[in-house]
Amino acid sequence: MKNKIIELLEPSAVKLGIEVKDSNEVVTILGDLLYKKGYVENTFVEAALSRERELPTGLPLGGEYNAAIPHTDIEHVIKPGLAMATMTRPVTFQNMVAPEEAVPVNLVILMALEKAKTQVEMLQEIAGVLQDVNVINRLIEAKTFDDVQAALSVT
Amino acid sequence: MAGPKRILVACGTAIATSTVVAKGIEEAMAERGIKVITRQCKAAEVKGLAKDADLIVTTTPVPKDLGVPVIQTLAFLTGLGKEEVLDEIEAALKE
Repeated sequence: MKNKIIELLEPSAVKLGIEVKDSNEVVTILGDLLYKKGYVENTFVEAALSRERELPTGLPLGGEYNAAIPHTDIEHVIKPGLAMATMTRPVTFQNMVAPEEAVPVNLVILMALEKAKTQVEMLQEIAGVLQDVNVINRLIEAKTFDDVQAALSVT
Repeated sequence: MAGPKRILVACGTAIATSTVVAKGIEEAMAERGIKVITRQCKAAEVKGLAKDADLIVTTTPVPKDLGVPVIQTLAFLTGLGKEEVLDEIEAALKE
């Protein structure tokens, strides 16, 4: 069970099967949704975009689909929350560990994080999702928020 | 008796990624009977903190020639090559 993810995932900030032109667009869409719901300051989107340029968050997962986990400094965050998007056509993020390398990404989890210590479990759950190809595939195929919850409920 | 090994764990913001990495290293090294103390920092802070560390583990590029071994890896996030990285960390700490 990915209880902490489910708890922090804002239902109105889950966009499934969307088409976007690039990574900036998907980060902006998700960030705006978190802003509308009071999770983040109005500086969050620009901060996340700028952080992505300097220190990208693309993660090659070794399978058919890759993910990115954009986030930024805590001063832009009001309360912790998560937004998620899946894209039918992948967009390019740069590789976190090797920024010169492009990673085609179909799953984006935008994280609004406060202090590290309080979110260890959620972060570990996210790592657990990234390491489970079945969950990744189910998230990519999800059509509704219920599908997402079901994918995250797999033990 | 040598004290616990000090591992500096770096990522972009020192909040998300390094938290997962630090926890992962602590648990895995405890299983292997190696005492470690981790400290999280931003990639930009590595240069100033390197001298107090026995090993640096980072998920983002950091400067070279820090005088301390550096391991760059996403294994604690993605699981890919995790055992190999743990062996590498163990070997680096034994040197």
